[in-house]
Amino acid sequence: MAAASFTTAKFLAPVAARSGGDRAPPLPAIGAASARPRRGAQKTRLRTALAVSSDVLAGNKVVQAAAGHLAVTREEALELYEDMVLGRVFEDMCAQMYYRGKMFGFVHLYNGQEAVSTGFIKLLNQADCVVSTYRDHVHALSKGVPARSVMAELFGKATGCCRGQGGSMHMFSAPHNLLGGFAFIGEGIPVATGAAFAAKYRHEVLKQSSPKGLDVTLAFFGDGTCNNGQFFECLNMAQLWKLPIVFVVENNLWAIGVSHLRATSDPEIWKKGPAFGMPGVHVDGMGVLKVREVAKEAIGRARRDEGPTLVECETYRFRGHSLADPDELRRPDEKSHYAASDPITALKNYIIEKNLATESELKSIEKKIEDVVEEAVEFADASPHPPRSQLLENVFADPKGFGIGPDGKYRCEDPKFTQGTAQV
Amino acid sequence: MLGVARRRLGSGTVLGQLVQALRPTAAPASTTAARNYSAAAKEITVREALNSALDEEMSADPSVFLMGEEVGEYQGAYKISKGLLDKYGPDRVLDTPITEAGFTGIGVGAAYHGLRPIVEFMTFNFSMQAIDHIINSAAKSNYMSSGQISVPIVFRGPNGAAAGVGAQHSQCYAAWYAHVPGLKVLAPYSAEDARGLLKAAIRDPDPVVFLENELLYGESFPVSAEALDSSFCLPIGKAKIERQGKDVTITAFSKMVGYALQAADILAKEGISAEVINLRSIRPLDRAAINASVRKTTRLVTVEEGFPQHGVGAEICMAVVEDSFEYLDAPVERIAGADVPMPYAANLERMAVPQVEDIVRAAKRACYRAVPMAATA
Repeated sequence: MAAASFTTAKFLAPVAARSGGDRAPPLPAIGAASARPRRGAQKTRLRTALAVSSDVLAGNKVVQAAAGHLAVTREEALELYEDMVLGRVFEDMCAQMYYRGKMFGFVHLYNGQEAVSTGFIKLLNQADCVVSTYRDHVHALSKGVPARSVMAELFGKATGCCRGQGGSMHMFSAPHNLLGGFAFIGEGIPVATGAAFAAKYRHEVLKQSSPKGLDVTLAFFGDGTCNNGQFFECLNMAQLWKLPIVFVVENNLWAIGVSHLRATSDPEIWKKGPAFGMPGVHVDGMGVLKVREVAKEAIGRARRDEGPTLVECETYRFRGHSLADPDELRRPDEKSHYAASDPITALKNYIIEKNLATESELKSIEKKIEDVVEEAVEFADASPHPPRSQLLENVFADPKGFGIGPDGKYRCEDPKFTQGTAQV
Repeated sequence: MLGVARRRLGSGTVLGQLVQALRPTAAPASTTAARNYSAAAKEITVREALNSALDEEMSADPSVFLMGEEVGEYQGAYKISKGLLDKYGPDRVLDTPITEAGFTGIGVGAAYHGLRPIVEFMTFNFSMQAIDHIINSAAKSNYMSSGQISVPIVFRGPNGAAAGVGAQHSQCYAAWYAHVPGLKVLAPYSAEDARGLLKAAIRDPDPVVFLENELLYGESFPVSAEALDSSFCLPIGKAKIERQGKDVTITAFSKMVGYALQAADILAKEGISAEVINLRSIRPLDRAAINASVRKTTRLVTVEEGFPQHGVGAEICMAVVEDSFEYLDAPVERIAGADVPMPYAANLERMAVPQVEDIVRAAKRACYRAVPMAATA
């Protein structure tokens, strides 16, 4: 039963019976007794309600998993460790490079949230899609985009994954099915829902099926986004059309300088899934193994065509919203509380405790990653800036779309096409 | 606005009689008066043209699907998608909830990932709820991803003023969308335009904004056998000379093409031969055709239904000034809608939208013929 798999997290299933066109139970009269039997709740699958109050706000620890229940092999553990260390070292290097002027514009770093990216994305296939926000460097790395491509993109060089056209906030990689990189919060959610729609359409209408099941899409976004209209519109449509998508909320409790509690009437985001008929799950986003377990189930649901899931990962960003944010509004005790649950340290301790690897092996992984990131910086430094002709390229996939030139022919047929009218 | 003209001219002069005869009408008269065609030519409405284009493209390519409000069981808010649900099923003709931002984004995401969606807006006024996705997710993506992610999507629906629908349902968005690099913006007029441009838009690998017009849906136009063929496509970025002329060039798109043709008929009786250009494509604008025509006639009148400031006419004027300034014998005349939100009252609405007589007057001004001032009341 799917309900039983969400053991390390708090899980709330949709309570109103929906199968067979049941009418929703009538609302209680004001002042009536609050206990109202949930009609049909026990009968349909996934409908057993395990609603527990969230202790996110009270600051209590989330229910710990039984030791040994989180089975992970040595290879998997090392893969997760390496991916998280890559995310951390890369982001730290970005900060350095920004302050040296090699990187510019808006840069939003992911330090502290690595468990979410690694926990989810390492379970995906190449054909699965990831859609992210402006805080997308580590999602790109986890999905397999080489560190040197991401670094070169951040430096604005022609060897970047988007040849310097996108920048920090717009990472795209078609071979890795990384569909962005969006600056507007909430913008990625409908796009992700569309990619999930395309996956299901290809399966059902075009009859291109795979033995693995449906291709899954993950949409990553933050707590602030969960007050945006597009979020709710897509929860509705994803459940309505039963799309293979997982909505992953990276709740780091802050939207720039506005605390989640100051912006949201009901701060428990995971509860908003059942309002639309899909399961809502809350998980400790600082524990990569816990995240991974929830992710397995959610991704499995989508792949088996059981529909979407809303997963709220309670996490924390160790740095400010962006490198321009002085980060003065967050209390030091809150920051140290979460710094004590650094996901990388936690996994390291777990690996050593369970004798999955030795300390020196982990050190050698760290050294390897430092070399990779150093090499990425050298590569990006040495790479050329985009040529001036690149300015006018790729506005349209169809170059004829660039219009008719002064000689009446399509401009792409003009050998001086890239000069255009802009005096570049 | 003809009140002043009538008082000044009386009915003594030919012009006065003409002006007396031109009673403002809310809807355009049939444009067939301007056209000669053989009795054997087939006529179809713009609605039928769009429906057949959708049908043929969905039949030819299974990755094409249609989504929007009321496109399925209701057969389309304006019956453009009539019959498609029965033919292609609910997987390919999707009735969406009333969530433009959400479903437009879903269409864009599906286009990112290999499908060819057609997103219908009940009117383009509602596209403002989704404009972030049209511009930021669709138009800019091929550029931001440096060619990795192309977005073969069509956004279509009625644009511009209808009849008495008020300020929030009457705006023209041609200038808004044509402003953005990465979008192609098309505005068909006749049934042939509608068929050929929609088929081209669906086959195009880039995001296309397809601006139809509600009042044209029911109008019939003759179509050739070639236009009815399922492989018929019109090129994007090329305008059509609807009527050859030598004294003044009149550019127009969508419903205004019909008005311009009527104006050309009236001008012909006065000895002014007007060349009417049906722009068809607002972005990319067919600058070459416009300039070639202006170099021939040396005078230009631009006609559009939308608000005047920063409109399509302003761009056309600049395109001509940049390329053909020495050829101009008169300042460029711009006819646009009134610079006010669309009023509801029928007489005020008539004044807020260009009428045939406005085009006639502007053409005469461009030809330096004596013309009465427009009324201010």
